[in-house]
Amino acid sequence: MSFFGKLKNRLFKSSSKLDEGLDAIVQDGGTEEPGEAPVEPAADARPDRAAQPEPAPAAKPESAPAPETEPEPAPKAEPDPKAEPEPAQKAEPEPETDPAPEPDPAPEGPKPLDMPAMEEAPAAPAARGGLFGRLLGRGGGQAVMRRELDDDMLESLEELLIASDMGVDTALRVTANIAEGRFGKRLSVDEIKALLAQEIARIMEPVARPLPLYPKKPQVVLVVGVNGSGKTTTIGKLASQFRAAGKSVVIAAGDTFRAAAVEQLQVWGDRAGVPVLTAAQGSDPASLAFDALAKAQADGADLLMIDTAGRLQNRADLMEELAKIVRVIRKKDPDAPHNTLLVLDATTGQNALNQVETFRKLADVSGLVMTKLDGTAKGGVLVALADKFGLPIHAIGVGEQIDDLAPFDPEDFAAALTGLDKG
Amino acid sequence: MFENLSERLGGVFDRLTKQGALSEEDVRTALREVRVALLEADVSLPVARQFIKAVKKKATGAAVTKSVTPGQQVVKIVHDELIAVLAGEDGDPGKLKIDNPPAPILMVGLQGGGKTTTTAKLAKRLRERDGKKVLMASLDVNRPAAMEQLAILGQQIGVDTLPIVKGEDPVAIAKRAKTQAGLGGYDVYMLDTAGRLSIDEELMAQVEAVRDVANPRETILVVDGLTGQDAVHTAENFDNRIGISGVVLTRMDGDGRGGAALSMRAITGKPIKFVGLGEKMDALETFEPDRVAGRILGMGDIVALVEKAQATLEAEQAERMMKRFQKGQFNMNDLKMQLEQMMKMGGMEGMMQMMPGMGKMAKQVGEAGIDDGMLRQQIALIQSMTKTERANPQILQASRKKRIARGAGLEVSDLNKLLKMQRQMSDMMKKMGKMGKGGMMKQAMRGMFGKGGLPPEMAGQMDPKALEAAAKQMGGKGGLPGMGGGAALPPGLSGFGKKK
Repeated sequence: MSFFGKLKNRLFKSSSKLDEGLDAIVQDGGTEEPGEAPVEPAADARPDRAAQPEPAPAAKPESAPAPETEPEPAPKAEPDPKAEPEPAQKAEPEPETDPAPEPDPAPEGPKPLDMPAMEEAPAAPAARGGLFGRLLGRGGGQAVMRRELDDDMLESLEELLIASDMGVDTALRVTANIAEGRFGKRLSVDEIKALLAQEIARIMEPVARPLPLYPKKPQVVLVVGVNGSGKTTTIGKLASQFRAAGKSVVIAAGDTFRAAAVEQLQVWGDRAGVPVLTAAQGSDPASLAFDALAKAQADGADLLMIDTAGRLQNRADLMEELAKIVRVIRKKDPDAPHNTLLVLDATTGQNALNQVETFRKLADVSGLVMTKLDGTAKGGVLVALADKFGLPIHAIGVGEQIDDLAPFDPEDFAAALTGLDKG
Repeated sequence: MFENLSERLGGVFDRLTKQGALSEEDVRTALREVRVALLEADVSLPVARQFIKAVKKKATGAAVTKSVTPGQQVVKIVHDELIAVLAGEDGDPGKLKIDNPPAPILMVGLQGGGKTTTTAKLAKRLRERDGKKVLMASLDVNRPAAMEQLAILGQQIGVDTLPIVKGEDPVAIAKRAKTQAGLGGYDVYMLDTAGRLSIDEELMAQVEAVRDVANPRETILVVDGLTGQDAVHTAENFDNRIGISGVVLTRMDGDGRGGAALSMRAITGKPIKFVGLGEKMDALETFEPDRVAGRILGMGDIVALVEKAQATLEAEQAERMMKRFQKGQFNMNDLKMQLEQMMKMGGMEGMMQMMPGMGKMAKQVGEAGIDDGMLRQQIALIQSMTKTERANPQILQASRKKRIARGAGLEVSDLNKLLKMQRQMSDMMKKMGKMGKGGMMKQAMRGMFGKGGLPPEMAGQMDPKALEAAAKQMGGKGGLPGMGGGAALPPGLSGFGKKK
């Protein structure tokens, strides 16, 4: 899935806060465990305990300041050993006060673990990397940070989901689902990501449906949304795709309000090779829609896509205008519009919920398209929307080019959202 | 769907009745709710955290003013802090640095944020308010017809735009705009760039090049007011790469909570200069921190909600009453409601004065001793009746009348007057109902409920079932002596006219 690949790359390239945060949480109070920790013999487990002094002190303070004060330990960290500086530095203040652990972990194991932390912190990363490398190199297994799934960690997870625009309610629900049956278990970053992705994909699975095509000719697709969400661009892309699939498409440039909106759509029409029906600026979009439907019927077109002017959902007058468009085209075809697409901007926050609610109520929205998912916005609000409204998500926009429209794939979306490396 | 912050806090503090200083525990509990409220309002997570930290410091140990609950006190502290952060130190938000002409203004932002519209709005404002000669140039070579859009807007608002040359790159256009502005004697030239993602390396480099050519006095980041958590990235990336000098929030006429304002302010430290409040070219206003603060906390919501609830309630009541009136049903409950409505609208005198040509009469009425005291007495009489009596005044015989009059501290004769008034009005209703003048009734009703609104306890009394029962009982009774004139008067007044 190249689109999602692109999307994911961008997400990684940009500061993937979710990722960082997860690592930070796990490190902050997590304990180092060799990759194959579960199968490690007991002998190894003890030195591990011995190594505890550094994570342990971190684990204690974590309970208090974790939720609100932990943003600092953000630097990106993968579960490999050299990422350890964080806990090390965290633990720094403690070690000098408790040299106690030093003497007693005397046992057989490779105890020098806490040593670097006590000495110069700056050098610590390199030194530790080396040490860990040697220490853990034996099985070839990578060190994996694990941390008990407790309240603090859940709270931090919630925040991380909230940071993807998922909204407080949904974030709570998702984390609660993850926690169920796993509370108190030790989890690594990758495991958490996988769980999150799994849970999100589960929620998104039922709503990932392409735009349904009916034998009815012409199938009328009404495209609505707030200003600047990408309606016109989306129509251009959709028209091109349907055209490529051998359908005959007609576009009605129903945004008679915004300056040059019609010209913009005409350019898209040219690019897609699709006729665009226009009316003068300021004329009634409903009458244009009516004429367009008449023409599409006469021409025997497969699809009629009607663009509309952007409108904020709380503008009753504009919503009424939309209702009028629907009323008028129903005079020609009582079943029209067969699909009403609501175009959402991925950068939009919780207001997307209001948008869907109002547009669904007043314009009978049948499906969603989310645009601008190629940016830094992750579109987590889609999860909240799927959870709340269950409207199908037909496609996502991932760029400004005509082919930058991809079908919605729940697993890829979940992976991109959580920063999970698939496969 | 959003809970108002005060409500949330109310719940938290219900158990806390003690006054005095806010304990650390109080503050922590309260701030947890504040945090959720901020996040629901789309304030970015890091900003919300930072903000909570600041508030925590201020709130802990703060004295709780008497007659205020701890919850309200916390809301106040949060609100004040919000305003402080949003306003910042810089004094005049609506001011742009446009000295030594031609002063370039660079507009940047994501796609669909409203840059082009804002450019035109700002140009209009500069031209009309500040009397500046403005030139607008579109550097948007990506989006189809973007340049045409700005040209059309320029025509609409009477501001010059740089002639479009197809195939020119943004840097060349910027240069041309600069030359043109210098030659043409423009005070300001505005460069409207294409929308770009803050992580699009190529386009960000391009806008950097434009910046270096134009050396803008102001670099305005245009942000959608509905933006969610992504506000952090946008603000950070644009500010780091290009260095912005101010922010314009668009779409603030939507019903978003505007948390992006706080995020932008906190992250860039740059002032929010204007807010876009609509699609019209003059819908641009200077940023007002207190309004946005109230909105982020959801305080505006509650006001709107109450108003809306009241409006619906009144409309419903009016509708219900109208149906009853049309059937000629008018009992003491209805009369009481009208009397109270009259009191609300400023009593007899107030109403008379409001009616055309009755100003003089008002005086006479006053002299004749019909004043608000009478209205109050009549209400008192009705209140002295039992529910059954109110719903069905026909059952009043001597003993009941005595009791009622005594209860209201009045004479039985006063009660008789009231009863006569009710009968007459009821009769009139019936006539009007028969005449089928629904339109007139509706108008009268609208007049009655149009302003002021009913007190909530009234609503409680208007038990639909009781009314229905009463209506049935009344329906059977025969007609009473009619009352021809005065039908044109609003029902509330007609009785009085007669009475006098």
